[in-house]
Amino acid sequence: MDLDYTEQQKAFRQEVRSWLEKHVPGKPLPSFDTSREGFEAHRAWERVLADGRWGMVTWPESYGGRGLDLIQWLIFEEEYYRAGAPLRVNQNGIFLLGPTLMEYGTEEQKARFLTAMASGDEIWAQAWSEPQAGSDLAAVRATAILERDEYVLKGHKIWSSRAVFADWAFGLFRTDPASQRHKGLSLIFFPLNAPGVRVQAIPQIDGETGFAEIFLDDVRVPAFNRLGGEGEGWNICMATAGFERGLMLRSPARFQVAARKLVELFKAHEAEVEPTVRAAVLQSWMDAEAYALSIYATASRLAAGGHIGAEASTNKIFWSEMDIAMHKAALSILGARAELLRTAPEAGDIGRWLDGYFFSLAGPIYAGSNEIQRNIIAERMLGLPRA
Amino acid sequence: MDFRFSEEQTMTADVVRELLADVCQPADLRRLMGAGVARDEARWTKIVEMGLAGALVAEDKGGLGLSAIDFVQIAEACGYAGLPEPLVENAGVVLPLLAAFSANGRAAALLESALVGDVTVTVAHPTNPFVADADTAEAVLVVRDGAVHLIETAKAKIVAQPSVDPFRRLFTVEFEPSDATLIAGADEAAGPLAAALDRGALFAAAQMQGIAQRCVDLGVAYAKERQQFGKPIGSYQAVKHHLATAQVKIEFARPVLHAAAAQLENADLYSRARISQAKLACTDASDVAARTSIQVHGAMGYSWEVDVHFFLKRGIALTNWWGGPAFHRERVAARVFARPLGPEHTFAREAEHA
Ligand SMILES: Cc1cc2nc3c(=O)[nH]c(=O)nc-3n(C[C@H](O)[C@H](O)[C@H](O)COP(=O)(O)OP(=O)(O)OC[C@H]3O[C@@H](n4cnc5c(N)ncnc54)[C@H](O)[C@@H]3O)c2cc1C
Repeated sequence: MDLDYTEQQKAFRQEVRSWLEKHVPGKPLPSFDTSREGFEAHRAWERVLADGRWGMVTWPESYGGRGLDLIQWLIFEEEYYRAGAPLRVNQNGIFLLGPTLMEYGTEEQKARFLTAMASGDEIWAQAWSEPQAGSDLAAVRATAILERDEYVLKGHKIWSSRAVFADWAFGLFRTDPASQRHKGLSLIFFPLNAPGVRVQAIPQIDGETGFAEIFLDDVRVPAFNRLGGEGEGWNICMATAGFERGLMLRSPARFQVAARKLVELFKAHEAEVEPTVRAAVLQSWMDAEAYALSIYATASRLAAGGHIGAEASTNKIFWSEMDIAMHKAALSILGARAELLRTAPEAGDIGRWLDGYFFSLAGPIYAGSNEIQRNIIAERMLGLPRA
Repeated sequence: MDFRFSEEQTMTADVVRELLADVCQPADLRRLMGAGVARDEARWTKIVEMGLAGALVAEDKGGLGLSAIDFVQIAEACGYAGLPEPLVENAGVVLPLLAAFSANGRAAALLESALVGDVTVTVAHPTNPFVADADTAEAVLVVRDGAVHLIETAKAKIVAQPSVDPFRRLFTVEFEPSDATLIAGADEAAGPLAAALDRGALFAAAQMQGIAQRCVDLGVAYAKERQQFGKPIGSYQAVKHHLATAQVKIEFARPVLHAAAAQLENADLYSRARISQAKLACTDASDVAARTSIQVHGAMGYSWEVDVHFFLKRGIALTNWWGGPAFHRERVAARVFARPLGPEHTFAREAEHA
């Protein structure tokens, strides 16, 4: 056990820090969810990152990365959040599909998709959920029928984040229409501007766009766009979901920076708030630290050849519940101003805590609801019998 | 940066775990309880034979020279087993404290017989209102005005303060300080006493982490077996979710505990806050796990017959041992409100910010 960074790791942190200081936009970019302009501003930022080869530092150099290890990735993320750099518009691509492609893709597929993903030239959406297939993802009905060397896609996807402006989607389809449940599913990529694709934005809890429905009506894509074998879609999706719940989706640094801001907010209003809020603020800091330490432990284990299993589900529960608690603490510090919009003359330092609180409420739902995660922990970690 | 135990550390803990699985079963605890004693001499001899008494004492003072990170998993194993004998307090806290004063002849002589396991020693630390195991200890380290005195228990007045935990022996100790009893003045004692508090809190946390896992394991075992409505109760989602929630607490207390152990020797505001955080997190885990286990056991959980109550009670005892939640929250606050925060400071030391 050695909890000190090596000289090389310290130097790497400095390198990241000084690059970010020079390049991070001075003003926050407009949201990538609500306008084409904001989306393209984020794409431009992805290109800046890619030019510096900072897009995905863990990827091999041949795909625009630096071939670095997970500890270095954590350091990068820490500096990234510390610098207040823009959210990653291509997170579905780089954090979820990317690692999956590297594990299951052919060399040709990796060459075709990874470089364009790393550069931000192709931004990805995830198209798994359907109106009748939410938690019960194996109930997917959308079909992909092979006709010679093309798949014909048909069906209705929903809740697809970023799909309104994104370029590509990776979807889960039934390639064997006679199949049931987990069998006969395949993971297939399709361009969101292909003939037969219709994308319909769905306003979110705050009234703004964020996710979308996707209607597929005889959309033709080459068989090349299938990741892994036909019928292997379920297993591949579960691997992706592992990345999602495990390391990649939510960097600890995100919460550590939020905890720091919460402490600053608390200090500014200490005289006005009741003592229980102080305990909540301290708990938020402790939880963010606990999550960071846990991810360092996991990264060390993975670096030594270990695997991530059902504990990915414990991560997802922990960070999503922590996120809510942190934002609740902030709202209680803001008191009567918590309900104000930022345009209100008396808004003062309310910041984005209310937006963050709304978004935190989605945490226990997306990436597999926390109820489903608890089922997984109980059955796979604790060995309790299935219902 | 490598947040993993060495093979040797894990192997040593495994050996202790296996020994305790062998000689410290709930049936053994019940036998001891029936006899009204808190120490099984045969089991204690086996533990002493492993050479663990001097685990944390430096090699040049006759110990094994291990550090907190080597011992933390052993303390977890003791918590998991509900070990009655004072391995954690004696080896983990008191003997390294005594060794700090080994320039004193009486302290050195006592240390020698404690290291071979002939005697145990205990401490009346200002953090704790009571002294553990004073009846079986040869001597007590007592603090008066910051100075440390070494008192043979035979020469002190010890008053039993019975605990709900049948295996905890608590006492108050009265003594007459004199030049003869003094072994270290306040200046010399301050550092070692602060280090003792850190180790005490850390290893109490470690035991609670073990207690928490034991409670979940007992609940899981019962939930697989007990049938209601024609099915094992563990197949019902409400039961599953209770146990999963407790396991999440355990999973996120563990890395805090281990980081605290790895950084204990930094002995600064940062490492102390981490130790306190570990104590809070492990307290929370053991509290949630014990209550969950009782709930999952139904009325059996409220009975004397099921073993969960041993662990519930040890958890209650350790919650305030070596500082309660309010005390430790203030140590966290001292770091949070006065030092830089953010992801780049996770593993920081005070020296770097001096
Ligand atoms: C902000 C946001 C972004 C999203 N982005 C995407 C995306 O990019 N791509 C995509 O494909 N999907 C996306 N989703 C969809 C997400 O994956 C689903 O919402 C999720 O899988 C749950 O499905 P559902 O909404 O249909 O809820 P349901 O499955 O209908 O669940 C409703 C409630 O019932 C509970 N429940 C259901 N089944 C069980 C069970 N067996 N045991 C216990 N409780 C159960 C759930 O936990 C939940 O509380 C997104 C969702 C949100 C909120």
